[in-house]
Amino acid sequence: MSENSKGLVPSSGDAEEYAYSSGAGLIVSDAIADPGIEPHRVRMTDKSVKHEKAAARQVTALFVISILGSIFAIFAYFFWPLDAENLDTVRNNTFFLGLGLTLGLFGIGFGAVHWAKTLMPDAEVSEERHQTRGSDETRARAVEIIRLADSESGFSRRKLIRRSLYGALVLFPLPAIVFFRDMSNGTDSNNPIAALRHTMWKSGTRLVQDPTGSPIKASDVTVGSAFHVIPEGLQGEGIESVPHHLEEKAKAAVLLVRLDPKDIHSEKEASWGYDGIVAYSKICTHVGCPVALYEQHTHHLLCPCHQSTFDITNDCKVVFGPATRPLPQLKIDVDAEGYLVALGDFEEPVGPSFWERKAK
Amino acid sequence: MSVFKRKANSARRSPIAAAIVIALGLLLTGGGYAVASGAVTSANASDPYKNADNIAAGKKLFLANCASCHGQSAGGTSAAPSLIGVGAASVDFQVASGRMPGQGSGPQLPTKTPQFNEQQVLELAAYVASLAPGPAVPSEAAVLANGNAERGGELFRINCAMCHNAVGAGGALTQGKYAPALLQAEPREIYEAMITGPQNMPVFSDTNLTPTDKKDIITYLTYVQTNKSPGGYELANLGPVAEGLFAWIFLFGLIIGITVWLGAKSN
Repeated sequence: MSENSKGLVPSSGDAEEYAYSSGAGLIVSDAIADPGIEPHRVRMTDKSVKHEKAAARQVTALFVISILGSIFAIFAYFFWPLDAENLDTVRNNTFFLGLGLTLGLFGIGFGAVHWAKTLMPDAEVSEERHQTRGSDETRARAVEIIRLADSESGFSRRKLIRRSLYGALVLFPLPAIVFFRDMSNGTDSNNPIAALRHTMWKSGTRLVQDPTGSPIKASDVTVGSAFHVIPEGLQGEGIESVPHHLEEKAKAAVLLVRLDPKDIHSEKEASWGYDGIVAYSKICTHVGCPVALYEQHTHHLLCPCHQSTFDITNDCKVVFGPATRPLPQLKIDVDAEGYLVALGDFEEPVGPSFWERKAK
Repeated sequence: MSVFKRKANSARRSPIAAAIVIALGLLLTGGGYAVASGAVTSANASDPYKNADNIAAGKKLFLANCASCHGQSAGGTSAAPSLIGVGAASVDFQVASGRMPGQGSGPQLPTKTPQFNEQQVLELAAYVASLAPGPAVPSEAAVLANGNAERGGELFRINCAMCHNAVGAGGALTQGKYAPALLQAEPREIYEAMITGPQNMPVFSDTNLTPTDKKDIITYLTYVQTNKSPGGYELANLGPVAEGLFAWIFLFGLIIGITVWLGAKSN
């Protein structure tokens, strides 16, 4: 067979060659030739005494560096001590202690490897790999064993047993899927869907500032300002009495802004707000990051995780990014004292989708 | 409900009563205003932002440097917004940081070397403040970093960190806009940014973040600015991305280098 310069041979029509052909007219005879064993090269340290002595000095030097590093680490421990009153001391303490320990360990490692590579005998040994394919006798014996096992157990013959075993094997992993329900840590762990669907907001719940807990007067919310809001009762004393208060806070977080009423393009948004003051869930409908990057002039709300952008003048509809649903709006009003209150829970679940969530 | 009750009660009163109440109210408030405005005028002499000379000088500066975009009477044009009611704090923030006068349009005006000196900034601010009431430049005492840094940190993380990063390293917004880094920001600048809401930043008025809250936030940022990171080099405080990049490029490179050396034959 004559090879051309590219190592390709014209197809000879041999049946076995066709069996592996990719369909091309030319068949690669052997893409990468076996280079064989590299000829042994004598090291410089074996050829000249000068080089051998130099290598010996290098190895010794590496071990000495290790010794110095370890001593330096002990020294550093005392010279750059940790001071509980001054956090800055952590920086030098860890840096110099780590430097000493690193030199101590690396010196040993590099020295040992350098020693082995330059001074220890460099006889090259190659072991032949045995064939992956077993011998014909081994293969025949294996088939015989399997046949024997099949006939003795009756696996092929006893259809009912075999099929019931298949069923058992398929069903065995299923309980693991049910266990996923336990990962829900909502207010009602027996009903994770309710926990996903509802937040703490109720009709009459005052909107208060996070973290001070001060209620918000509608007149205090000026156009262009942004308030970070939680439901009343999730701050200060008594927060421990709210079950799962951290989860509740995570779900109920709200961003409150006041827009010029003529900027609002949605009647629903205007009527669910109060005189241009609108409240939206801060939980991104994509994967639940807090959306709170409010741009006062473009009226865009940006999610920092994946750049989903919501238009706060138009029902917080998605204008960019991977989120698919608008942010849920909280219906608000003012109470008799002029403080902002919620008119109920969000009308749809906040945050990302889940299986039981009905598509809108 | 209480509103309706009061209305029902008022029907029993004499119609003259309302007129008398209004007349009394007008007299009292008018008199009070006269007394108060007299007090204000006397205080004006010491306030450089109310000084007539400063306002006159500011008007000249304004007409020469700002009016081409903001209009002769600062009422705004299609190129720039109205400055009526933006207050001295806004002018001080924008001009002292070099953002204004802007050079060319873009998604956001960057800071640059200020074009005016301190006195000129004061004059400009005094002129704009004379047009209509607006947020004033905070007093020295209001921006002293002697509040509660821990509380300030909490307030900062809730109100500011989503855009400016948890330690004020700044961050990107939409379409080329960005929240600037606060690592060099001065207390006065921080305070003015909160009360005026420059560019796309929301306003944090005193009813949202009280002066004490603002002082605490300034104290926190001053603490962050002046305290070295004890853990090591901050990598621009950019968080896991910068740290990951460092680990992958330098540390992973080191591991590959050592692996190659281990496998190489000695010469």
